Amino acid sequence: MRPLRKLAARGGLYTVVGAFSFFGAFPFYWMLIATFKTDHDLFSPTNNPFLFNEPPTLDHLRLLFFETHYLQYLLNTFWVGLAVVAITLATAVPAAYSLTRWARGWGETMGIGIFLTYLVPGTILFIPLSRFIAFLGLHESLWSLILIYPTFTIPFCTWLLMGFFKSIPKDIEEQAMIDGESRLGAMVKVVLPISVSGILTVVVFAFTLAMHEFIYALTFISVSAKKTVSIGVPTELVRGDVFQWGPLMAGALIASIPVAILYTFFLDRFIAGFTMGSVK
Amino acid sequence: MTPAVRESTPGNVRAAHSHRLADSEKWLGLVMIAPAIVYIVALIGIPLVMAILYSMSDVSTGDPSLDYAGLRNFRAAFADPVFRRSVWNTIVFTFASQFLVLVLSKILALALMKDFKGKWLARFLIMLPWTAPIALGTIGWLWMLDSVFSPIDWVFRHWGLLGSPGALFGSNPNLYWLGVPSLAMTSVIFVHVWRMLPLATVIVLGGLSSIPKELLEAADIDGAGFWRRTFQIVIPLVLPIMTIAVLFGIVFTFTDMAVVYVLTRGGPVQSTQVIATWTFFKGIEGGDLAQGAAVSLFLVPVLAGVAILMLKLARRTEVT
Repeated sequence: MRPLRKLAARGGLYTVVGAFSFFGAFPFYWMLIATFKTDHDLFSPTNNPFLFNEPPTLDHLRLLFFETHYLQYLLNTFWVGLAVVAITLATAVPAAYSLTRWARGWGETMGIGIFLTYLVPGTILFIPLSRFIAFLGLHESLWSLILIYPTFTIPFCTWLLMGFFKSIPKDIEEQAMIDGESRLGAMVKVVLPISVSGILTVVVFAFTLAMHEFIYALTFISVSAKKTVSIGVPTELVRGDVFQWGPLMAGALIASIPVAILYTFFLDRFIAGFTMGSVK
Repeated sequence: MTPAVRESTPGNVRAAHSHRLADSEKWLGLVMIAPAIVYIVALIGIPLVMAILYSMSDVSTGDPSLDYAGLRNFRAAFADPVFRRSVWNTIVFTFASQFLVLVLSKILALALMKDFKGKWLARFLIMLPWTAPIALGTIGWLWMLDSVFSPIDWVFRHWGLLGSPGALFGSNPNLYWLGVPSLAMTSVIFVHVWRMLPLATVIVLGGLSSIPKELLEAADIDGAGFWRRTFQIVIPLVLPIMTIAVLFGIVFTFTDMAVVYVLTRGGPVQSTQVIATWTFFKGIEGGDLAQGAAVSLFLVPVLAGVAILMLKLARRTEVT
């Protein structure tokens, strides 16, 4: 009786996990199969849509890479992400360090205050910011995104880094200072090298957030060659009313998977930040 | 701690001076926090104030000068049935999806607490909706909910539930997921659930794994069954964490624009319009910045509520 019950529990577990995996991943399977299906196969309502009824084709990929700006979108996204990471690091690392080490009492409060600005959504800010961008003459320029994206990466990354710095004992810095380092030198030469994993987390988080962003890019950029993947794929691969489903799905899939893999590796650390340190 | 400034060359003096600055905690503390504060004030604080000023003015993309217009924009917004619909939809989409997420994430997190083969793969697949860019994931749904080629319709037809006379879902060959108001609303809620479930699951999972094992074992020894254990030990203990998961879910769903924009653009006949998309259509596509800003400010009460709750939770976890 007992092994049978165990078997049933095991079966139940696999059923639940399997069902949820299917729910989460099916749209991506759907993209994958559309990427390689011939148009004729794709657009025959009687064909089984889950399988290849005709031999797979590379036509959609060829069209995506050679007849659209897709590569340009990827490149744009990459540059924006890189620049946003640089600005975020340059701003959030010193801020977090300063708040954890030197601000007694009000440091934690201020950290929470900064974190809460993460909750102010682009949905409210994008209208005034669109005027601001026009005023600076950055409309239709990737610089507009590079300037604005740190508004959501800095608050969260400062908060994440505060958690990391807090866990580093002060004695190490004090020792370095006794050995003749300046206060700044102790931070740069002693604390930063052992915070590499925290800094890496921030790099990945800022980069993926920049890739995910949608509203600002949609508002500030309308020239096709300047678009990022997130808005280029949904807005440019539709000609008039005709959706080019094959290339559209290929474009969505190819951009999604690498970010998803990167993100998954660091997920637990982001969550520790999200839950304000109450989950370890 | 710094030695007294030695005399002699200016270079030496400068070095000593900068050395002192590099040692002054007060000075360093201010300089290092300054860029972040400047960024936040200039690009979050000021725009937020601007949004409020805009909402009480007549600014538009054609005429960017600010003239005071009182509460006219708010009255105009309320007079517009599409706006009222969008407020209602935003609330319905957020709370319906978060309720489902709350229930499903608990089930999924309990399953993921166990060890099994291929867990890393299952985890990766389950997390995909959150880890992949939402606009791109929604594109996949757009094709899945296609009016003619939807695989969901195909399965229903295959099982005889659709497309034949007397079938359960009607005799049309398709359901037109995004073409019928009620189905379009269901679809939007579904995509939000799909998107937010992974985040909530990981947060709840973190909460579950922080429950001391001894506590559950003690409950077992005392003869507590599954239900008592769940409702009297597990749920009360993970409640603060679940609240955080729900609060984040509310913020992200409430302010999200990508799902509705990509899936329906607010259609059919404005039946899925939400505050975020309506702000965009009014303020950016329509060029009426003042009206757009007024619409967007209707997000503030809920966000402020969430922020206050989070502060309370943060204080509580700090104390314990």
